[in-house]
Amino acid sequence: MSVQKDYDELGLKVGLEIHQQLDTKKLFCGCPSDMVEEEDRTVLRNLRPTESELGEVDKAALMEAQKGLKFRYQAPEGSSCLVELDEEPPAGPDEEALDLALTMALFMNAEIMDEIHFMRKIVIDGSNTTGFQRTGLIAMNGTLEVNGKEIGIPTMCLEEDAARSIEEKDGEKVFRLDRLGIPLVEIATDPDISSPEEAKEVAQNIGALFRSTKSVKRGIGSIREDLNVSIEEGARVEMKGVQELDMLPEYVEKEVDRQIKLLEIKEILEERNAEIVDKIYDVTEEFEGCESGIIQGSLNKGNGVYAVKLKGFDGQLRGDEGEALLGPELADYAKKTGVAGIFHSDELPKFGITDKEVKVVKKKLEIEEKDAFALVTESEENSRDALRKVIERAEMALKGVPEETRQAQPDGTSSFLRPLSGEARMYPETDIPPKQVERERLKRLDEELPERPEEKIERFQKEYGLNEQQSEQLFKKGYDVLFERLVERYGSPSVITNTFLHTYPDLKKEGYELENINEEDLERMFKRFDAGEFAKEGIPDLLQEVAEGRSVKEALKSAGLETVSEEDIREEVIDLIEDRSDFVEEREMGAVGPLMGVLMKELKGKADGEKISKILREEIQKRI
Amino acid sequence: MVQREALLKDAKPGDRLKIKKDEETYEGVLMPIHRFSGEDIITLKLDNGYNVGIKADKNTEVELIRKSEEEAKRKEKKIDIDESKSTISILGTGGTIASYVEYRTGAVHPAQTADDLLFSNPEIAERCRPKVEVLFSKLSEEMRPEDWVTIADRVIELFQEGSEGVIISHGTDTMGYTAAALSFLLEGLSKPVVLVGSQRSSDRPSSDAHLNLLAAVEMAKSDHPGVYVVMHESMSDKKCAVHKGTKVRKMHTSRRDAFESINDEPVGFVDPETGEVDIEERPKKGEDENIKRKGSMEEKVSLLYANPGLTEEDIKHARSKEGIVIAGTGLGHMPTDLIPALEEIIDEGLPVVMTSQCLYGTVNGHVYSAGRELKEAGVIFAGDMLPETAMVKLMWALTLDEDVEKVMKQNIAGEYTERRIR
Ligand SMILES: [Zn+2]
Repeated sequence: MSVQKDYDELGLKVGLEIHQQLDTKKLFCGCPSDMVEEEDRTVLRNLRPTESELGEVDKAALMEAQKGLKFRYQAPEGSSCLVELDEEPPAGPDEEALDLALTMALFMNAEIMDEIHFMRKIVIDGSNTTGFQRTGLIAMNGTLEVNGKEIGIPTMCLEEDAARSIEEKDGEKVFRLDRLGIPLVEIATDPDISSPEEAKEVAQNIGALFRSTKSVKRGIGSIREDLNVSIEEGARVEMKGVQELDMLPEYVEKEVDRQIKLLEIKEILEERNAEIVDKIYDVTEEFEGCESGIIQGSLNKGNGVYAVKLKGFDGQLRGDEGEALLGPELADYAKKTGVAGIFHSDELPKFGITDKEVKVVKKKLEIEEKDAFALVTESEENSRDALRKVIERAEMALKGVPEETRQAQPDGTSSFLRPLSGEARMYPETDIPPKQVERERLKRLDEELPERPEEKIERFQKEYGLNEQQSEQLFKKGYDVLFERLVERYGSPSVITNTFLHTYPDLKKEGYELENINEEDLERMFKRFDAGEFAKEGIPDLLQEVAEGRSVKEALKSAGLETVSEEDIREEVIDLIEDRSDFVEEREMGAVGPLMGVLMKELKGKADGEKISKILREEIQKRI
Repeated sequence: MVQREALLKDAKPGDRLKIKKDEETYEGVLMPIHRFSGEDIITLKLDNGYNVGIKADKNTEVELIRKSEEEAKRKEKKIDIDESKSTISILGTGGTIASYVEYRTGAVHPAQTADDLLFSNPEIAERCRPKVEVLFSKLSEEMRPEDWVTIADRVIELFQEGSEGVIISHGTDTMGYTAAALSFLLEGLSKPVVLVGSQRSSDRPSSDAHLNLLAAVEMAKSDHPGVYVVMHESMSDKKCAVHKGTKVRKMHTSRRDAFESINDEPVGFVDPETGEVDIEERPKKGEDENIKRKGSMEEKVSLLYANPGLTEEDIKHARSKEGIVIAGTGLGHMPTDLIPALEEIIDEGLPVVMTSQCLYGTVNGHVYSAGRELKEAGVIFAGDMLPETAMVKLMWALTLDEDVEKVMKQNIAGEYTERRIR
């Protein structure tokens, strides 16, 4: 059903929230903002939701706390200190980071605050040792023009990045503190974006603006996108943690599909007068002697089997062709209480659960034709918690699409993370005094404002002889800064452009990991290229080797690109001419073309084509 | 100047305002003026939760949208008290062991009532029958010696009223002083008195207050008599260390495990999660409730920090006091040319006690001549007693009808350790 959807008709609205790591010191301490491999000392912590004025904790916060997790923090001494450990009050903010945030605000013609007040935004999933994220609103009401369309930028914030999640084991969530405190500039757009492709374009534009400051982090995870997606009848869904810009359109498309599907289910449920039965049944007896390994294993541990009835939900948990419908949604909610998953009637009999058990459960729950059920096998308490969540989510299905925060998955789908946390719980960070933004500072930044993207694109054409498209592509794909640096040192703008715009996509298509080619590799490669050590034709082969983990030096060897001296070429040429002496005598200079072909194949990439041609001509000349 | 005041007229924090400045309009709730804000800055809490500062100038207009709403009442929440559990008194004296944030204004309110405290730490009621009262609400640095006496008197009453243990919540800066004072003031103690505080205030999700408090409850329930400080053992939220009131010192400005036993090991450890109290048997002082207050506190004691720049002036200033404790250098020394001035004061009848600013190790008046001179001058060498403990003890000793030197040299509440292994 890949029919082109009419996104205008659906009333698609997308907003972006872009977080870019800055390449400065950390925001609130003097630590370097480097990611490291060491675990170093670890500290174990708990976080407790604090109470608000009403004595109630935030809904989202409570849900995290329910999971009763402990957090272990790895605190590498080279890139974290007592501030990240929440053992010392913060300093700062880092002036350079603030300059960068203000520069972005100037770029977007936003209204910069006279005084910045850092706030504590409650986050108790463990990703912040303090239990809150420090964030300050820098500017409001900016704009960005993308393809002639104006996109609103309501807020721009300067905030600290969260700790890096490492693993979850033995009931502990493990984080590393190297990332905690790295400055992030958060740019939010209005929901002005109306197609999946446009989401990518806007993100590319903002990314390009960031890079033009030359002080932002590059590479995986250094820029992260959150999405807000809604369609007319659906609901606002926030999607967190998109790391690959190219996948933005896919996330939007899949979320739209999901919302459409949920709306269709809602209609079916309405027709059937589906309803929620707020009752949890103990069906442990019904499963005695069940052959399912999962059930047996659980019963042996002293657990039970519990069930809820989903009146009118038959066929809505999983489609006839096995496609996922409400089933995963119910399971996602249940899993938040710590259970491994649920079984539901649309997928049974399966997993060793036979028709016989399905029948007795149906009997016990008084399941009628259009009804469904869900099962959990865990301790009684855990099972009941999980099934209460199933009931909660099923009830939402009657209303359509619930507002929620979802986690972007690498395959373009998403999974439920938590209910959309309403208004963020924020209160002032009393440890950091308000920061005044003086006019002189803005004046200085305005004078030092880096080249704007459109200016740069024009200059590239003039200065390096690129065409508009090349110039724009380099920019959008984020190679502009590196391109310019390489060209300044080693020349050959068109070869370098080609490498980024053609060789790179080709290599990616062939499955090579471009992440393995770092900037230093490129530096080394073009330095050797500039020295005439190999010809441009050798670049793709060389990069393949580098992508496979070899150094440039090794790659030259294993790609067979080691330099061929002029004498070697001449030797090769003479050998060939002697070999084909009849042909040369017959065709005289006309033999150059065909012989060139043979030589290029033999010397592939090892020598420059022009050089070979020159030698070939000289040698033929000698013969005739 | 005064642009702000003129514009805000009678707008109060909590009022909803619209501020127009140049082309922009900001709407939100007026926040109190921040102490470190720039001149003429109006702080507004926007609907997205952020506070921002807007500088009032002649192009700024302020419109009052709505007056402040009544502050929302906190929900009543009943905590079930199990009458059969042992009665533990929790005496509030200040600090941030319990507080809550009013998100609307960002104000942090300390727990003022017993309910406030139990409300944010309901688990306490699962472990004992809590009897909570707020004696006073003072910052640690506002605490005076007379307050120690007030606390001691109330602790005695609480035991007489049947408490099995008393917890004192206290600001951390001077908690060690109070612990030392109670160690001397409370005589015939047969039950635990536990001081507890927090290094991260309790309005934060990462606060250490909760764990410390639960550990304090477990310690107070135990049958180990004495005055203790119970705080985090390490940077982890795991175990809490139990320190003897006379040997404990705050050794870090901000870490959770700031409190250390000096020249002594912690008395033991509490695992707040399991409730396990791991303590070596300590002698009971008596079964009966013959607890009483011994002595009081003489405020006029000064604590001098010996250093190469110390002058005779500094010594003479202390003349108006009733006693002097010196945190000497090394083994208990000070510039020798000041010894005559010191001797004069001693001859006038002022006790002078020598401790070491090294904190670790004991003073010794025999090793070097400077020490011998001080000893000859009549300075009382206080072994491995902490300078602060020595000061508190001297304040107390001066109110007793006993020979001060004799009292100072007697090991009364574990302030001297016989042997040091570190
Ligand atoms: Zn740091």
